[in-house]
Amino acid sequence: MPTQNKAHIEDIEQRLLLDAIYHRFHYDFREYAQASLKRRLRAALTEFGCKTLSQLQDRVLHDPSVFTGLLQYLTVQVSDMFRDPSYFLALRNEVVPILRTYPSIKVWVAGCSTGEEVYSLAILLLEEGLLDRTLIYATDINPHALRAAEQGVFDLDRAAAFTANHAQAGGRSSLSDYYTARYGRVVFDKKLREHMVFSDHSLSTDSVFAEVHLVSCRNVLIYFERDLQNRALGLFHEALVHRGFLGLGSRESVRFSAQADGFDDFVLPDRIYRKKADL
Amino acid sequence: MNGGAPDPRADPQDEVQWDAIVIGGSSGAIDALNVLLPALPAGLRAGVIVLLHLPCDRRSRLVEIFGYRCALPVQEAEDQQPILPGHVYFGPPGYHLLVDRGPRLALSIDPPVLFSRPSIDVLFQSAADGYGDRLLGVLLSGANEDGAEGLAAIYAAGGRTLVQAPDTAAMRTMPDAALARVPTAQPLTPDEIAAVFAQLPTEPLP
Repeated sequence: MPTQNKAHIEDIEQRLLLDAIYHRFHYDFREYAQASLKRRLRAALTEFGCKTLSQLQDRVLHDPSVFTGLLQYLTVQVSDMFRDPSYFLALRNEVVPILRTYPSIKVWVAGCSTGEEVYSLAILLLEEGLLDRTLIYATDINPHALRAAEQGVFDLDRAAAFTANHAQAGGRSSLSDYYTARYGRVVFDKKLREHMVFSDHSLSTDSVFAEVHLVSCRNVLIYFERDLQNRALGLFHEALVHRGFLGLGSRESVRFSAQADGFDDFVLPDRIYRKKADL
Repeated sequence: MNGGAPDPRADPQDEVQWDAIVIGGSSGAIDALNVLLPALPAGLRAGVIVLLHLPCDRRSRLVEIFGYRCALPVQEAEDQQPILPGHVYFGPPGYHLLVDRGPRLALSIDPPVLFSRPSIDVLFQSAADGYGDRLLGVLLSGANEDGAEGLAAIYAAGGRTLVQAPDTAAMRTMPDAALARVPTAQPLTPDEIAAVFAQLPTEPLP
């Protein structure tokens, strides 16, 4: 059937395009969930005026600026500050008391995108009196997203939702204490940024770079196929200190993964896990 | 039999084996599901994926509501879960649900489509990509136009498309939009769709 062939050809083209991107730019999307990528690639076809993924592949290989644009389609996630407030409330009530026992604290936000969660965690730790001895590593594969995250600038019209989430997350202060609003933007306090390190890091191809007490990686694994999920969870397990914490998105789990035996449930409804004690 | 291969879309009695059934709906769709889902026979050879627009701040209770009324096991979809024949999967609130290679279920938090997340279009389009002409798509009552593009994708891939007859829907916007977009889709009452379900091929029970 012609339409069946068309779908099959598109699958082949997608595989070839991802191969080309890997060999040319060393970004590895080959084990990403392919259906979501397909939607994004179809949107990119319109943007770049290409009829087929093969045409797009030609442009990507021969015009580096096209890849820069395509990367935005493939990777950028929209998040909110204190998204899923109950997650942050659980961190505050259950995890912070244990973090408090460490003389210095390291946190890894993996797949931080434009930084909403990084600032949320920094504010939470500041409110709990821990930020002064905390370093937050914020990593992503998209350099544009990282630069945006580093700026700590968000649209003013998002501030109301952020504020409501912050209050539901047990916020002990007013969110507006931490930003100044101007020209339709909110700019977060530079003091928060002194405790953040932004860095390019790929869960597909890079290895562990530090030992941390808490990994927060939310709604990133759902974009991966199972093997890559296992790889990422393996990195988190390796990066965590003895009895360190892992927070995932509300529909993500270690349960069916290769790391299922490496973690205990800690606050299960909020998908917070704790590294098992070494045997 | 003579002549060319029968078009499975045109002949409801044809013994086509669907690999999957996708069902989408919004306001008023629960009433139709109350008729449809209990009609699915035990041992159904197709996997069934159901996606409703639900408030995302509440836990979905669909599994509890339908679990004991269905002959098939019913569960909430998990990311990267294989889609098995004879199982019913409900999309979780707040996430897009897609059919990925495997076939497996995959979730995403990409932006809403037509103000909807989950989006029925996203599910139906990905299912059409994955299953081609071995897919049955059913669109029910709803108050927006989500699902029409997805149903068109299923039709274009050779699948069969059923739409709840607008006169029988509590909210007819969704079925009206689908029939306008896919004029060849069959409008059927919930009882008629249930009758189609009841005749679907099954594995012999052990």
